[in-house]
Amino acid sequence: MASEHPRANLQPLTLHIPEPKFRPGDAVDFAEVDVPPAGEARRPDTADKASDFIDLAYTLVRVLDDDGNAVGPWDPKLSPDVMRRMLRSMALLRAFDERMFRAQRQGKTSFYMKALGEEAVAVAAAYALDYEDMCFPSYRQQGLLIARGWSLVDMMNQIYSNTADRLGGKQLPIMYSVKEAGFFSISGNLTTQYPQAVGWAMASAAKGDTRIAATWCGEGSTAEGDFHSACTFAAVYRAPVIFNVVNNQWAISSFSGFAGAEATTFAARAVGYGIAGLRVDGNDALAVYAATEWAAERARTNQGPTLIEHFTYRAEGHSTSDDPGQYRSEGEPNAWPLGDPIKRLKDHLIAIGEWDEERHAAQDKELAEQVKAAQKEAEKNGILGHGLHQPLESLFDGVFEELPWHLKEQRQQMLDEETASGRPWDRKA
Amino acid sequence: MNMIQAINSAMDIMMERDPDVIVMGEDVGYFGGVFRATAGLQAKHGKTRVFDTPITECGIIGVAVGMGAYGLRPVPEIQFADYIYPALDQLVSEAARLRYRSAGEFTSPITVRSPFGGGIFGGQTHSQSPEGLFTHMSGIKTVIPSTPYDAKGLLIAAIEDNDPTLFFEPKRIYNGPFDGYWDRPSQNWSKHPAGEVPTGYYKIELGKAKIVRAGEALTILAYGTMVHVCAAVVAEAGIDAEIVDLRTLVPLDIETIEASVKKTGRCMIVHEATRTSGFGAELSAIVQERCFYHLEAPIERVTGFDTPYPHSLEWAYFPGPVRIGEALKKIMKDA
Ligand SMILES: Cc1ncc(C[n+]2csc(CCOP(=O)(O)OP(=O)(O)O)c2C)c(N)n1
Repeated sequence: MASEHPRANLQPLTLHIPEPKFRPGDAVDFAEVDVPPAGEARRPDTADKASDFIDLAYTLVRVLDDDGNAVGPWDPKLSPDVMRRMLRSMALLRAFDERMFRAQRQGKTSFYMKALGEEAVAVAAAYALDYEDMCFPSYRQQGLLIARGWSLVDMMNQIYSNTADRLGGKQLPIMYSVKEAGFFSISGNLTTQYPQAVGWAMASAAKGDTRIAATWCGEGSTAEGDFHSACTFAAVYRAPVIFNVVNNQWAISSFSGFAGAEATTFAARAVGYGIAGLRVDGNDALAVYAATEWAAERARTNQGPTLIEHFTYRAEGHSTSDDPGQYRSEGEPNAWPLGDPIKRLKDHLIAIGEWDEERHAAQDKELAEQVKAAQKEAEKNGILGHGLHQPLESLFDGVFEELPWHLKEQRQQMLDEETASGRPWDRKA
Repeated sequence: MNMIQAINSAMDIMMERDPDVIVMGEDVGYFGGVFRATAGLQAKHGKTRVFDTPITECGIIGVAVGMGAYGLRPVPEIQFADYIYPALDQLVSEAARLRYRSAGEFTSPITVRSPFGGGIFGGQTHSQSPEGLFTHMSGIKTVIPSTPYDAKGLLIAAIEDNDPTLFFEPKRIYNGPFDGYWDRPSQNWSKHPAGEVPTGYYKIELGKAKIVRAGEALTILAYGTMVHVCAAVVAEAGIDAEIVDLRTLVPLDIETIEASVKKTGRCMIVHEATRTSGFGAELSAIVQERCFYHLEAPIERVTGFDTPYPHSLEWAYFPGPVRIGEALKKIMKDA
């Protein structure tokens, strides 16, 4: 039998509940964020063993320094032309986000999500991958489609759930699916795409194909079980896949500490699985490009998976449904020590004499016009705010390849309802 | 109070009364939840009793089961019911069976709160009604309130209950009752009797249905948002229907159902979830097993369709006034 006070001499245990550094009203000082100098991180050979460069999971691969120079072994030495195209894609993404965000606020659609401040993550990766590679994105990588030159009108049609929406109004806005552009259908359920990307990559390898897969999730989403299943499979079968973790510091209102950031980095998740891990300045388009190119080469040469943590910052709210002022200091986006990814690439191009402020301003104007024109075009096909654009019976398309009896019955029931109702679901303009 | 405030009040009171009650979930802490259901609770009860969790539903429920085994009473939130699937194994194989398999040595006194149902343009992954999955699994209770008053009383009862309970909150009626016409101005609980919620402690026994409207012509079995849509349709059609709000699906108030159907001789079942293998199928079977010789018409089932929830076509999917009205006509045809 235990004594009456068996543990009387022991200290009581305590529970640690993480707390972000700054809350609404606090002054922000990011001095504690460790930002190593650009150019400092070593660049292993892509044939090296993952266990030989564990240090790279704990530092920050950076190329662009504070003066706009590209320095160190990770400099991908891109031609000015490619860099200008990357810059343009990032600026186009920002203009697109801005316009669609406003469209939601105007009641033209139900929902939108911006990628403000993390444009380099998706755009630079898209430039470093082959067009044929398959991307398994989360909801904040619309930059992949934009960098791949996909039609803005087509994206907007989806956002408006209109007659030209390739997804027939079935998906929440921004949950694109564009197989032609190597863009896998987005799920609203977090991180389910991770093991799927591994499966696609394994299939490609099993068939002796040369295409690889890449996938993205937020740092908050790394807590999901699917993330860990994916890592295990990828490590075991040396799948040709790139895991991208977009550490933008916040998961809705929860700071990265609730995904484990106080104890280690997200790139270091790779270490336990024996996967190559890189931690990258996610606001440095050249670093993102270089890391992706390096990981792609590893995958293509059968060295297996790489996990890249993109250290960045979500400068806007989580979505149109959220007000970041409720949980974080207003000062954070501007105090973020890694700067603005667009400005950093622009400054570099200017520093090497391949760009100037006037051209940049003119480009911004031109892109705003391009987006505006696309919006006009898309709105010709209707906007969600103006009621239904899909034929009612299409509600049943795609549940199965062929309609079984019970769905045929239900479809008929719905059409009878329409007749009975005089179309009560026709929403007013 | 609206339903969110009533739910908040229930948790607040239970945390005051019982130091073992803790609240956890994605964004529930400082921020107070994406629907604000836990607003203010962390500031009042402290960070070790109200805290954010990592984004892993299977982790949230698994951890809650462990805390429950220690002796706490966790009230985990799953941000949207659509995200309960990653937690299915912990709920179904673990929480629901712990008492049974350990001969009562360990129990899972957890109350899992989750907003469910459609009508907010949430698309496929913010609109589903998964209650039927759980009523199919033994060992877990399922509660679905339809008013702020009930929400508070039922949530308090669920938190006090020693078994694992799922508490599904019909998010379409968080702010006010809904008559099924989305293009009419939204109603507000402040102008509704069920919006009057006592600030103190009270509870509503689990397993007891409520007769929302007494009547003789037929019995309508419904829960959550659909209670209000049915009431509006019935009022408009001028039919003397008896509307039974089930309030808890497991355990089910079979006496109230049986007495009502035997009295009216007709039964209509309404839910928003998909039809096939939905809870309506169970209700229908029970009614025909127990009331067959009293029935004057076939049982009618009005449900969502057997498709995922479609974003832009959601009002065609939703079992609204037209679908319910047509079913009413059918069941009353030879009355
Ligand atoms: C399985 C699942 N659980 C919860 C949610 C609700 N949810 C949507 S986004 C989000 C936060 C994700 O944060 P993070 O992974 O860091 O990505 P970020 O939004 O920052 O890009 C949550 C909790 C969901 N969509 N799916």
